[in-house]
Amino acid sequence: MFNLIAVVLLFAVGIYCLLATYNLIRVLIGIEIMIKAVTLLVIFCGYQTNNLALAQAFVITVIVIEVVIMTVAVGVVVGIHRHNNTLDARNIRKLKG
Amino acid sequence: MLELFILGLLVAAAIWTVMTRSLLRSAIGLALASAILTIIMFRMDANLAAVFELSVCAGLIPVLFISVISLTHPWTFKEAIEIMKVRLARFWGLPLVVVILGTALGLVSLKFKPQLPVAQTPGPDVRFILWHLRQLDLLGQITIIFTGVFAVIILFRERK
Amino acid sequence: MAALLVLIPFLSVLILNLPFRDFNRRACFGAAAVLFLLQMGSVFVPDNSLWNADQWGIGAFFNFGFKADILSKVVLFCIGLVSLVTLFTCRHFFKEANRRFNFINLLLIAAAGMNAISLAQDIFSLYVFLEVTAVASFILIAFDRDILGLEGAFKYIVLSGVATVLMIAAIALLVFSAGSANFSAIHAGLLLKPNPLVINLALGLFITALLIKSGLMPFHGWLPDAYTAAPAPASVFLAGAVTKVAGIYTLIRILTSVPGFANASRDVLLFVGAFSAILAALAALTQSDFKRMLSYSSISQVGYIILGVGSGTALGLAGATLHIFNHAVFKSLLFINGAAVESQTGSRDIDKMSGLSRRMPWTGLTSILGSLSCAGIPPLAGFWSKLVIIIALWLAGYKVYAVIAILGSLLTLAYFLALQRKAFFGKLGDEFQQVKEAGVDLIFPALLLGGLIVGVGVLTPFVLDKFIKQF
Repeated sequence: MFNLIAVVLLFAVGIYCLLATYNLIRVLIGIEIMIKAVTLLVIFCGYQTNNLALAQAFVITVIVIEVVIMTVAVGVVVGIHRHNNTLDARNIRKLKG
Repeated sequence: MLELFILGLLVAAAIWTVMTRSLLRSAIGLALASAILTIIMFRMDANLAAVFELSVCAGLIPVLFISVISLTHPWTFKEAIEIMKVRLARFWGLPLVVVILGTALGLVSLKFKPQLPVAQTPGPDVRFILWHLRQLDLLGQITIIFTGVFAVIILFRERK
Repeated sequence: MAALLVLIPFLSVLILNLPFRDFNRRACFGAAAVLFLLQMGSVFVPDNSLWNADQWGIGAFFNFGFKADILSKVVLFCIGLVSLVTLFTCRHFFKEANRRFNFINLLLIAAAGMNAISLAQDIFSLYVFLEVTAVASFILIAFDRDILGLEGAFKYIVLSGVATVLMIAAIALLVFSAGSANFSAIHAGLLLKPNPLVINLALGLFITALLIKSGLMPFHGWLPDAYTAAPAPASVFLAGAVTKVAGIYTLIRILTSVPGFANASRDVLLFVGAFSAILAALAALTQSDFKRMLSYSSISQVGYIILGVGSGTALGLAGATLHIFNHAVFKSLLFINGAAVESQTGSRDIDKMSGLSRRMPWTGLTSILGSLSCAGIPPLAGFWSKLVIIIALWLAGYKVYAVIAILGSLLTLAYFLALQRKAFFGKLGDEFQQVKEAGVDLIFPALLLGGLIVGVGVLTPFVLDKFIKQF
């Protein structure tokens, strides 16, 4: 039961990190924290329904996917740094929303 | 009781990761949170996934972040404190809301029973499932690793 | 045979990366073109058993469980068509062999991922290949490594990451309350023991995630930036295929396989669809950048497709599927025209352009075909799909939404006429005297798509009945 509260809290912490930061790398850390929350949710659901094998298969796959996404994101961040020489998100204003 | 303590430790590690000033400490906090999640998963009997989580999320990804942080020059100490003050001023309400929500959920949860049906037989082992039943996912994983290799080739090349 | 559509592109990427450098660099274009042509042709194989049969003993090694129904076949055809067209565009834009090679490899991976999405019968495999396609698109957007492309890619990565998290949460709830990840098993399991709290939560999370991925309002923040900043061939590919398969097709699959396509989710879809259709059309009116206007137009048309899905009837679903096909065709055509204009005149600002159709006749002609089809003018193809959606909405009792859809059509006509008047008609501007028509690499796909629009538009009334009956 408290696992679910921890999941929601972690998710909220991740969203807060995403919103309240000016640094591109912190945004990625926020996404990481949210993925941890969801991993906990998957394992918890598997534990509750006694189907841990399927849950572990999911978690392993999600971890592989997450690593590749982080690699690409880090590549993009390094590229932005080479152009702007700073990682300030306030400088990303060249594209108008 | 022990479960509650470990979960609280996990949330505390995540909050420290977010609120800390320096980027390097954030990356280490991420590794710490992953390690605590691994302990939780071990306690729930998810051994294989816990090992993966430990080696990848508490090892590979913080190394990735730390290498990026060292490649790009982080802010100076003064700038970091300025920014943290601005950050707190912008979103001071949010942590408060989170704490109140969490407490409220905790009190309400006594009646909140998201019943998921319990399987009667434990089912096959993880390795069997991964290799035989979820082959499409394995193909997907191989494909995405390949794509990651292309990303490294395309994105990380130095400009001539 | 269905498994071949995924295995062959993947194997060709592996083979192309073997160390035969020169041969690979020269062969990749031809190999990819042949693959996509075969994919388009394979959709028309009428024998259903051939689709589900076990060719050459593949089933002994791999057990993928692919199935293809009419929606999957339409989507597979679109993927093949848009990929083929993107191939030609990339040959024009990337003259250096190495960059073209990397691009074609990424294209093959993304196409393989989208094929697997349209064939998968398992919700988690759907998610895995959704991520494969997403990662390939991140790299495609950031391909030129200029600052605009990198910024657009970063915004897309962040929003896609949020959508990923929501999707995994929804999948966890759905799979573990039904016991298995297969679509039919989820359907049966959820009918057996319905727990409305869990189902509604999961559906809500999933729909939010897919709305973010499709770029509908209010989650459209990443779409104009990503489409505009990406290199031209990547824009064609994204607009024509990725957003539709990754967002709309997944949405339709989930909604038709999870029982209880509840009234609440239908209302949400209708509202979001109408909202996007109108607001994005209004935003497109004010744009001065060619590609930005086209990306807002994409959001608006995807809103139309969601209106068709949200009507909840088989007719609406048929209209939505037809519009997926039509949108792939005319939006790719318009983006190719935009790429031709950009490469020949060097700018995308339509306020500064005038009278281009004197110097670029084929581009002008095909852009007129694309614009009119998008606005839904008979007898072009777009008219039929919009008509079916509007009739489906009317028959299902959502008369207000049908009127809103007609209004959206008028707005679409308005901004496309503005585009034509500003950029193509009128007197030729002074600085454009030297402009020549774009090369054959851009004209050939434009003519192909334009011909397809006219052909499908003329033929549709004859096959419409048979098509709708398949739903």
